[in-house]
Formats: sequence, structure tokens, C-alpha cells
Amino acid sequence: MSFNLALVPRREVSLIRQVLTPVLALVVALLIGGLIVWLMGRSPAKAFDVFLREPLTDPWALQEVLLKSTPLMLISIGLIFCFRANRWNIGAEGQFLLGGIFGGGVAIATHGLAGPWILPLMMLAGVAGGMLYAAIPAVLRNRFGISEILTSLMLVYVAELLLDYLVRGPWRDPKGFNFPQSVPFTDAAQLQPLFEGGRLHAGFALALLVVLVAILVFRRSLFGFAVKASGEAPRAANFAGFNEMRITLVVFLISGGLAGLAGMIEVSGQVGQLRPGFGQGLGFTAIIVAFLGRLSPVGAMLSSLVIAVLLIGAESAQVSLKLPFDLTRFFMGMLLLCVLAGESLNRYRLEFRKETA
Amino acid sequence: MEMLPFILATVFTAATPLLIAALGEHVTERAGVLNLGVEGMMIVGAATGFAAAVLTDSSVLGILAGALAGMALSAVFALMVLVFATNQVATGLALTIMGLGLAGLIGQGFVGQPRAAIPPVKIPLLSEIPVLGKAIFTGDFVFFLSLALIGFVAWGLNRSRFGLLLRAVGESHGSAHALGLPVKRIRLVAILFGGLLAGLAGAYLSLIYTRFWSPGMSAGRGWIALALVVFAAGHVWRLVLGAYLFGGITVAQLHAQAGAIGLPSQFLSALPYLMTIAALLFLSISGRKGAGAAGSLGQPFVPER
Repeated sequence: MSFNLALVPRREVSLIRQVLTPVLALVVALLIGGLIVWLMGRSPAKAFDVFLREPLTDPWALQEVLLKSTPLMLISIGLIFCFRANRWNIGAEGQFLLGGIFGGGVAIATHGLAGPWILPLMMLAGVAGGMLYAAIPAVLRNRFGISEILTSLMLVYVAELLLDYLVRGPWRDPKGFNFPQSVPFTDAAQLQPLFEGGRLHAGFALALLVVLVAILVFRRSLFGFAVKASGEAPRAANFAGFNEMRITLVVFLISGGLAGLAGMIEVSGQVGQLRPGFGQGLGFTAIIVAFLGRLSPVGAMLSSLVIAVLLIGAESAQVSLKLPFDLTRFFMGMLLLCVLAGESLNRYRLEFRKETA
Repeated sequence: MEMLPFILATVFTAATPLLIAALGEHVTERAGVLNLGVEGMMIVGAATGFAAAVLTDSSVLGILAGALAGMALSAVFALMVLVFATNQVATGLALTIMGLGLAGLIGQGFVGQPRAAIPPVKIPLLSEIPVLGKAIFTGDFVFFLSLALIGFVAWGLNRSRFGLLLRAVGESHGSAHALGLPVKRIRLVAILFGGLLAGLAGAYLSLIYTRFWSPGMSAGRGWIALALVVFAAGHVWRLVLGAYLFGGITVAQLHAQAGAIGLPSQFLSALPYLMTIAALLFLSISGRKGAGAAGSLGQPFVPER
């Protein structure tokens, strides 16, 4: 047995290829997904209709898509900073939960009060919560050389348990029939719909603004350059005087802060109270979004929308086609594999060889 | 005193899946490959093992099927990182996400079905020793298999020719390649071995530890196994020690919850995760920062022509 495949680096990668790669990866993943739906004894055509067409043609579902893309956009933009710098924050889910807990905590503490200051305060608290939580793996890495991969991931489980404790214990709604949930937030603590009878709130606009800022930071700022340099050529970045530890801390604070903001927006704009499971794994899905968007802000914005379509499709497929959500989860992992393989074929040419390696 | 052998036995049962998965990942990492998909391979092993056991009405076949399922998933990982030279961190994460979904699909029809225990193996004579006899010399066959695996891995990595080649590949894939070693082939073996053991650990969870299947039942054990490999810093004996310590913490935590000692149960449930971080911190403070990791760990290998 031998590996007759060899990777040969490409001299340059055309822009068309760069844009087409993630699209192609998505198509391949969808085809494999269709095959699995067919193996499960359902009609792939119907599944594609529910997963892809319905969310885009039904106006109500379209709003849900934009709502769902909001946290994905915010979190994935933050993750891009980490991944570009070759720092591996894989605990965005935990930072997302902490943002919700901090933001929701403000809503609960100010329950019954009214005023335009409540929402901004919740936002600040959400950002602070996410930042603090992300600072833990960053400091442990800087100070003690501990792999940020494991610590950030471990903290996700801790965050889930913290949320569970709060809504079953001190923050449980006394009038909630013993359900594990907080009091419902008052209007002053909820992001209001942008237009009458709709559901879309200002969170989406905020996410777009964050995308814009991220584009500027990467294209125009020294910091954006330092992040990229530190990821691609850490030694060179060191010689250039970019402080490695400071970059680690800052990219973690950015991604934690944005994940925290996303958590606050989810709690305030979508759920309207704290309850277990509001994370829905969006912090992990955002990792896939970041890679599908080739770690660029514009790409992340577009892929947030694509993945949101699939997630909304998955919700209705659970009802109309009895397709379990696990299928979507499986699909997401497979999609990431396809994207990574595509990235590799972008950088290298696969060559078949006669001799053994 | 009556309780002691029983408690010790539960510690071993809680530790065994961690130990098995960590042994597999240890070998993979010695070959210079970081597979973060342990959690995914483990849960697929748990689901497949349980489903196969119910369908064939044989727990032994189930355990075998679980191990093979873990290996199948690791083959996907091998294809990605060896042929396509993809980023290992991202690929492993994808494997875990995919595995969690796949396990849900496989285990769908089996949620809540109970499964009878596998009859324990008693080592003749030794199992008659008070306390230790019941704790160590009476157990399920996978527990004894895990003890054999400790010896096999320790001997294999340190004494066997293949093990030395494997470690050479892990230390510096460039030099190994220049020497004419089949880097990818050796890594393939290491990755598949890691997958086999992760799957076995998963099957142990659903068929021996809990004896039912429920979604998400691996609950981060794959990640703790990964942390154990870091904690081991290259030494199998430290890995074994770490796994049994964690088994002890898990059992103590469960007893504390049952005993209602006034702490919130969520805090106790969080202990294994917090202890993992604490263990890594301890390792660092005791001056073994970054020690023991294979030189080429996690770096993609693209030989020049």
C-alpha cells in the first residue's frame, strides 16, 4: 500500500478560485447530505425544498434567517481575529452564554424599572461577561503556557452548568411554576422589533456594523496587520516588535466580547428571559461559519446568512419531514471537512504519482 | 470498610474509558498528530456499540463494533490531514461536531433501552483477596483489556522498533522523511489506533459504565482524555495516574451529590472540567511547561520533492 497522492504547492491562487472554493465545498456537502437523507428513506428533493427554498421565499422565515444570522455573524467575526492569529478559541459557546448571563443579570436586577439606559447597560454587561470569560484561557496561555484549546473548551461545560444553576436557583422566576427559567424581561430590557408586527430587531444592524469595522481593521489598521503576521509568520511578527502575548489577549478579548454581545442580543431580542439551552451550540456553529467564510469578514457575513438559512430550514424539517436536528449537526461537521479539503486544494495541486512516497 | 471495594471498583469503571481514549490519543500524538476528534469518535463508538449490541444481542460484539466505528471516523481524519494536509485543529473539531450528529442519528431508536451487565471476570485465587480481590481482580473484560493496553502502549512506544520509528516521525517529520521513513503510513497506523481506542472507550461508556444510550452521554470525556495526554507529558505512567485520579474525582463528585453536602449539584458537576484546568495549571507551575509534546505535533506534513 502506498500513498500515490502528493501535494504540490500552487504558485498563485486566482480570485475566482478563492471565491468558488467555499461554494463548491457547500455544494459537495449538500450532495452528500442529500444522499444521507435518501438513505434515511426521505425524499432529497423535498429536503432541499425545506432546507433551502422555503427559508428564502417565505417572508416570515426570511426574518428568522436574519435573526439567526445575527449571533453567527457577531461570533464568527470575533473568531476570525483568533483564527487569523493562529490562536484557537474554541469556547465561544461559553463566552456567548456568559454574555447572556451578564446581560440577562442586568435585566433581572432592573426588573420593573424602565428607562432607555437599561438596554445599553445590558449590552455593556454582555460584552464584559464574554470578555472576562475569554480572558481566562488567554491569561492561562500567556502566563502559564497552557493550551488555550482545552481550557476554552472546558469552560463551555462550566458555563452551561453555571446557567443551569442560576435559573434553577437564585434567578428562578418565583411565578414560573418551578420551570428552570428567569422572570420574563420587561419591554425596557428587550430589543424591540424594527417595524410593526415584525420580529427583526436592531441586533442585525449592529452585526452588520461590526462586520464593517472588522473589514476596516483588517484592511487598514496596524493591529489587523499584526494579527495576520502573528498567525502566518510568528517569528517575523516578533522581530517586527508585535508583542505575542498582547496579541493573544486582545484577540481573545475581541472574540469573547463579540460572543458576549451576541449572547446578550439573543437573550434580550429572541428569548426574552434566561433559560437553559439558549446557546443552541451557536458558538460552535460560528466556527464553521468562520471557516466557510475563509476567515474574512465579508466571507463570514455571507456564510452566516447561508448557515442561518440551513438552521431555519432544519427547524422546519424537524416538524415537516421528521428529520432529526442531529442530521443538521452531522451536516455541519461534514461541511467543515469539505471546506478544509477545499482550502487545501486551493493551496496545493493534488498529483497522482507512480512511485511510492 | 464494606463499601471500600465497591467504591474502588466504581473508580476503576469511571476511569477506564478515560484511560483507554487517552492511551489511543497518546499514541496518535507521539506520532506528531493532534486529533481533537476524540469526543466525536468516542460518542460514535458509544452509539454504534450500543446499537450493535441490541441488534446482535451481544455486548461483546457491540464493543467490537463501537471500536471499529471509532476507527472508521479516524480514517476520515487521516484522509484529511495526511492526504489533504489540512489544519489538524480545525479538522479534529469538525470530526467532533460531525460525530456528535452522527451518534444522534445512529442511536435514535435506542434511547432509554436498558442493557444487562456483562458478567464480570474473576481472576482465580487473586479475586479471593479481601478488598483488593473485589476491587481489582474482579471486573469486566474491557477493564482487564485496558490494563493490558497500558503495558502494550508503554512497551510499544519505548521498546518496539515500530514504536521508536513512530516517535521519530513525531519528533521531526522532516528528518524522518529524509531518512526514508514512511511518515504518512506510520501516522496512518497511529491515527487508526487512536480511533480504535476512542471508539472502544465510547462503547465502554454505553455498554458497561451506564448501560444505556443517551445523546451527548460522552459529556466532554473525550476532551478530558485529550487533557490527560497533555498532563502525561510523554509518560504513560503519568497518563494512568491522571486517569485514575479523574475516575476518583468523578466518583467522589457523584457521592457528594447523593450525600447532599450543601454545595449546588451544578458546582460538583463542574468539578471534573475545573480540575482538568487545575491539572494543566499544576503541570505548568511544576515547571514542565510544554514539556513532552512531540516536536512536530499538529504541524501539517507536506514533503518537498
